[in-house]
Amino acid sequence: MNNRGPRYPGYNVLDKRDTPSWNEITRKVIDHRLTLDGPKFFTLEEWLTLRALCDCIVPQRSGRAPVQCAALVDHKMELDQRDGFRPPSLPSQREAWRRGIAAINEECRERYGGAFHELTGGQQDRLLRLLEEGEASSPAWGDMPAKVFFKRRLVHDIAAAYYALPHAWNEMGFGGPASPRGYVRLDFNKRDRWEAIEQHD
Amino acid sequence: MTEDDPTRVPRAKNGRAPDVLRVGGWVPMRCFADDEQVDFVIVGTGAGGGTLSCKLSEYGFSVVALDVGPYWRPLEDFASDEHEQYKLYWTDERISGGEDALELGRNNSGQSVGGSMVHFAMVSLRFRPEWFKSRSLLGYGVDWPVDWREMWGYYREVEENLCLAGPIKYPWGPPRPRYPYRPHELNAAAKVLARGCEKLGIKWCSTPIATLSAPRGLAHPCVYRGFCIAGCSTNAKQSAINTWLPRALKAGAEIRDLAMVGRVELDANGRVRGVHYHREGQWRFQRARNVVVAGYAIETPRLLLNSACPQAPDGLANSSGLVGKYLMAHCNQGVYGVFDDEIRWYKAPPSLSLTEHWNYTDEGKDFDGGYAYMSQGPLPVEWSGTQTGNHKLWGESLLRDMERYNHYAGLKIVGECQAMETNTVRLADEKDRFGLPIANVTFAHSDNDKKLIAHAKNFMRTALEAAGGYDIWAEETETAHLMGTCRMGDDPRSSVVNPDGRTWDVPNLWICDGSLFPTSGGVNPSLTIQAMACRIADRIKALAARAEV
Ligand SMILES: Cc1cc2nc3c(=O)[nH]c(=O)nc-3n(C[C@H](O)[C@H](O)[C@H](O)COP(=O)(O)OP(=O)(O)OC[C@H]3O[C@@H](n4cnc5c(N)ncnc54)[C@H](O)[C@@H]3O)c2cc1C
Ligand code: SF4
Repeated sequence: MNNRGPRYPGYNVLDKRDTPSWNEITRKVIDHRLTLDGPKFFTLEEWLTLRALCDCIVPQRSGRAPVQCAALVDHKMELDQRDGFRPPSLPSQREAWRRGIAAINEECRERYGGAFHELTGGQQDRLLRLLEEGEASSPAWGDMPAKVFFKRRLVHDIAAAYYALPHAWNEMGFGGPASPRGYVRLDFNKRDRWEAIEQHD
Repeated sequence: MTEDDPTRVPRAKNGRAPDVLRVGGWVPMRCFADDEQVDFVIVGTGAGGGTLSCKLSEYGFSVVALDVGPYWRPLEDFASDEHEQYKLYWTDERISGGEDALELGRNNSGQSVGGSMVHFAMVSLRFRPEWFKSRSLLGYGVDWPVDWREMWGYYREVEENLCLAGPIKYPWGPPRPRYPYRPHELNAAAKVLARGCEKLGIKWCSTPIATLSAPRGLAHPCVYRGFCIAGCSTNAKQSAINTWLPRALKAGAEIRDLAMVGRVELDANGRVRGVHYHREGQWRFQRARNVVVAGYAIETPRLLLNSACPQAPDGLANSSGLVGKYLMAHCNQGVYGVFDDEIRWYKAPPSLSLTEHWNYTDEGKDFDGGYAYMSQGPLPVEWSGTQTGNHKLWGESLLRDMERYNHYAGLKIVGECQAMETNTVRLADEKDRFGLPIANVTFAHSDNDKKLIAHAKNFMRTALEAAGGYDIWAEETETAHLMGTCRMGDDPRSSVVNPDGRTWDVPNLWICDGSLFPTSGGVNPSLTIQAMACRIADRIKALAARAEV
């Protein structure tokens, strides 16, 4: 684990919630996002796998990704909010996720004798690299290529959910919502009062 | 759900349409009955359809424009949030395959009244004049059946309508008047591009861009919030929804939101009778003297193919067999590097500076065509997609690199794509929510595209290094903007529409959108789509005066 402190200590984008940086609809949608705690679409068993996958794809210093990350993936499936396209080798997103989680757990059982969330960190990491390299071998994958699922659904959906959370914006020093008030200072090393301050060591 | 949910209940009805410039506002709208034979039904209200709706209604034609997307009021409906704003994109399913399968949805397809321009990045460039005759003058591609000087006049008309902000003197191409509004202040990301160009001795300039640098009516100047491709909540962005369409309404056009056209109907004489469309839970039929399809490069051929009937078994206007073929997408590779300076590229529109050097220089290239490149400013969700996709990061390495967000800058091309017959839009067996077959898209780059990409990545890497960047990496696969699939030409055997935008096969069926591009050029397409729509409107007006419409 990394022992460096946060890059933007003390910065919390939510502190701007009641300033001119946030309009009404922004407050509404972010407030709602922070109430999500899932699962509504996934079964409890699938949820355990998804949580463990989030911990691997977007690991935290504290060791656990915020619950809203998995919950936002679950929410996307619950509402079936699609991306607008899919590769010919994948079924639609709900089916892809259901089959993908089942196949991951099957692959884990065959190799390590337990479900994904029961494995050690090292085993989880090895398993994900194997999917990434296209070396999954469980028949549970059927005609769905594990490599495509890994890239297009697993990593993509989890990262897109995580980086839609204020928690992640704080880590990056992103300004967050900005309407009606945007920014005034645009030049190198210039910062408006309502932007994050970077820690220089 | 609240009663005023524009994604579920149409807003433009009963004699009024939303006033996009006022919270809760309305403007009067003329309405037509379904059995009233209007002069023009226009399918799609984006860069092509929105512009044409305005021009034709101002010329006195009766116009009904249909769009399956919602009618937004940006001031109240647009959140400062990438995730929420997915509601602007075409998220109905499409299948996308081939060696270089295209990313659709957010990347290139909108579904809103106002079309993809609602979330476009506002870069508004003219074609290099020679591109209209690239076969004759440059030795590749095909010629457009139009003259660049004619287009030059229409470009100006669009630039004035959008109050483009841009430089006094544009460094490339034939002289043009100064842009209507003064250029924007450059952000640090744009200055990185400038530094690189100056070090390498090539020209750069402030991007001609469709966001206000001074007030215009009720719209305020751009506040540099940087959410442009998630929709502009302040109306500083100038696009179809807040320029062409309000003019169209004023001139008597009717705009129907949440209205999906499923089929264009032919009569026994091979002429179009009108369109079948789905709105408020039922299928309806709007009669029309003429139909214009303006659904963009995937939906336009899809609709023509879905309209197959005994008189046209392979789809409407498809005697050439070319409907859905020669799909193009601009090469759009980015090169990214880290800087010691804080860049904070989330501020301001993403592409405030650019160079068209490699569009206007033909020496020193081992490929046909050209490219522009621009400064960048991705927001977190988009940036995470680049990091996990092209940069292949996840886990600890993803989080660590995402923390360098404020120190990154990047350069990205809009590179000319060679049209290939094997890049296609066809119908899949799968159906959408209206029961209509969805699009099956196939795309692969030509060898020429690959050479162009390699040249561009190499050059931009050197430019970023010269500007002080390190840890530089480049994207493998990335495309932007769709074009082609119903190409314009002067031979019915090798094109779908004639130089007036009229289909060769059906005299009262027209196409007016990005699908009629026979070549792509190395610049973003919307200015050319709008200019072509102005030109088609003038052609229609002239033909109507001779009773040929
Ligand atoms: C993220 C992004 C950034 C971009 N940035 C730039 C830029 O900086 N500069 C630039 O020049 N271009 C840019 N573009 C491209 C530009 O927006 C498009 O090229 C342009 O809008 C295409 O115009 P069009 O009229 O062909 O289609 P669109 O503008 O997409 O309009 C088509 C409309 O038709 C509707 N429709 C389709 N089928 C049907 C049907 N069957 N029934 C009813 N309605 C239907 C759709 O809902 C849509 O609203 C960008 C695009 C995106 C997505
Ligand atoms: S940066 Fe300007 S154009 Fe872009 S969303 Fe903000 S106000 Fe609109």
